[in-house]
Amino acid sequence: MAGGGVQKGRGPVSETYAPVRYPLLVPAWAVLLVFVAAPVAMMLVYSFLTKEFRGGVIWEFSLAAYDQFFFDRGLFGDEPPRIEWTYITIFWRSIWQAGLATLLSLLIGFPTAYFIATRPKDTRAIWVFLITIPYWVNLLIRTVSMRFLLREQGPLNDTLLALGVLDEPLRLINTNLAVQLGLFYSYLPFMVLPIYAAVERYNFTYSEAAADLYATKWATLRRVVLPAVKPGVIAGCILVFVPSLGAFLAPDLLGGAKNFMIGSLIEEQFKGNAGNWPFGAAASMILLTLVLIALLVATSLQRRAEGPR
Amino acid sequence: MKFLTTTAITLAMTVGAAQAEGELVLYHWFEYIPQELLDKFTAETGINVTMDTYDSNEAMLASLKAGALGTYDVAVPGDYMVEIMIGEGMLDTIGDGELANKGNIAPQWANPSFDPGWKHSIPYQWGSTSFSVDTDTYSGDINTTDILFNPPEELKGKINMLDSQGEVLAMASLHLGIPQCSTDREQLKALNNMLQAAKENWASFNSDTAKEVLVSGDAAAGMIYDGFSAKAREEKASITYAFPTQGYVVWMDNVVLLKDAPNRDSAIKFMDFLLEPENIAAVSNFARYGNGLSGTAEFLDPALATLPEANPQPGAGAGAFIQVCDEATQAVYDQIWTNLKK
Repeated sequence: MAGGGVQKGRGPVSETYAPVRYPLLVPAWAVLLVFVAAPVAMMLVYSFLTKEFRGGVIWEFSLAAYDQFFFDRGLFGDEPPRIEWTYITIFWRSIWQAGLATLLSLLIGFPTAYFIATRPKDTRAIWVFLITIPYWVNLLIRTVSMRFLLREQGPLNDTLLALGVLDEPLRLINTNLAVQLGLFYSYLPFMVLPIYAAVERYNFTYSEAAADLYATKWATLRRVVLPAVKPGVIAGCILVFVPSLGAFLAPDLLGGAKNFMIGSLIEEQFKGNAGNWPFGAAASMILLTLVLIALLVATSLQRRAEGPR
Repeated sequence: MKFLTTTAITLAMTVGAAQAEGELVLYHWFEYIPQELLDKFTAETGINVTMDTYDSNEAMLASLKAGALGTYDVAVPGDYMVEIMIGEGMLDTIGDGELANKGNIAPQWANPSFDPGWKHSIPYQWGSTSFSVDTDTYSGDINTTDILFNPPEELKGKINMLDSQGEVLAMASLHLGIPQCSTDREQLKALNNMLQAAKENWASFNSDTAKEVLVSGDAAAGMIYDGFSAKAREEKASITYAFPTQGYVVWMDNVVLLKDAPNRDSAIKFMDFLLEPENIAAVSNFARYGNGLSGTAEFLDPALATLPEANPQPGAGAGAFIQVCDEATQAVYDQIWTNLKK
């Protein structure tokens, strides 16, 4: 970056703003403190407190919430502790589903982004605009519409039956496949847009150079294009994976809420009968830790992808 | 005098918020009270009404516990939640003689188990929770809890349950004929095992869409509230509400006076307003539920008197309120629910 900010006739930009840098940062820091740091700190503290019956906490240190997450003491809580698989299963189900949705979005999103970025400059904006149109509508409404579309006596099945493609209606609603479709549909643009931004900046003369050097199309894609747009791909994957992990609309409305997902498990601790706030906080902290680890891995991958410049 | 009153109402209506004689902050279920009734209250008393809504008793409790107590004047918890809130010390006491219309409460509801003597609450609406079956899909006997927990072949995989621990577990207890707050280990294990097996036949857990899944045909049987089922029948005639011989869940929503109510006087006026037969009948006509007052017959939609969803057939089991268990017992039921949904 050395010299990147230097402009003729003035000092580096960083020096120009030096006297007011910290005052100008105050609003941003305040927002982060109030809306990010404080809630997370509160969650951390609550996860180590004693549960009050029917919601609330008693200000006494307790590891009960974490104990409940990791140890199974039977239906009546008096058996010797075994490893508790319930919550690990719930977390694993959510991670698996979010991972699959990310993969699906990548498979569809990458070619889409590539297609848009290779259109003539004046039509690209229209394509991007088209991608975002469905997202002007609230997520809840879109998920309910999806439900309507997929149901047994819905338009999709009716059409396929009328065309003679199917003899029996497809059972899509209340299946994991429907949840997958819902997540994929909800978060696809978060994959397309960062990849598009990366591909648009890509210098296509590199591809031409690769072709001149007898690289096959596949080799060009794999060894020239992909490394160059990797930051966009990683950003897209994070943007799809993280919200999918906490999604509860698609599992509830399309999957039938038969099994807890991370989001609904945590919600149940605050809004459900259980009213176990420390456990909800502990589950949130464990989720936060997992996401943080995933992000750290992704960032280090990205740093390697960008390489030394 | 009449002229004066009319003028006062007109004035109250025209000057609106700026010169209101008071405020009332209401915490209420969603889609339940008709807006016209709130407008009428404002017109009669000059009190401005602000309403926030919730979608479950537990959500309301959580919100009040998280610091919203002191924001609202009245809330509308269900029977067992009134008992819980009394136990938590979240309700204010209504003094003797504070409510002029208290005498309108129907004799059958004179002394409810959840708030003996109506010291903190007044009756609002009541009804039942059971299930409905699309009789086009299944034409056998539907008045048995086997429909949910041991379904006939036609209904397997087409059952929607309410996503609500209290109602599902209460219904399951009725099915097994065990008490709702059992401490008998064999009974609890049997309950746990029965639910695990029954879940195989269920399509979904959905409360908000309980009516819609039946009307659309996504489910052919589903747990539902009586008023919701009546609305479902208007859209699809084959949806029939069941009063199982094993019994069904009865609920009653009640208007409570919250502790630290910022506008206590307005709250009392509002409660008195809802204790007038004509006003509470307006809620019943809108929500299709029963109310707990005498003398409402002349104001009610005549269709309500013969509503199949509100009038159990001879031979139906008894209705039971959801019971409030102690902490240790509740922990086992919470565990059973988690097992069911893991």
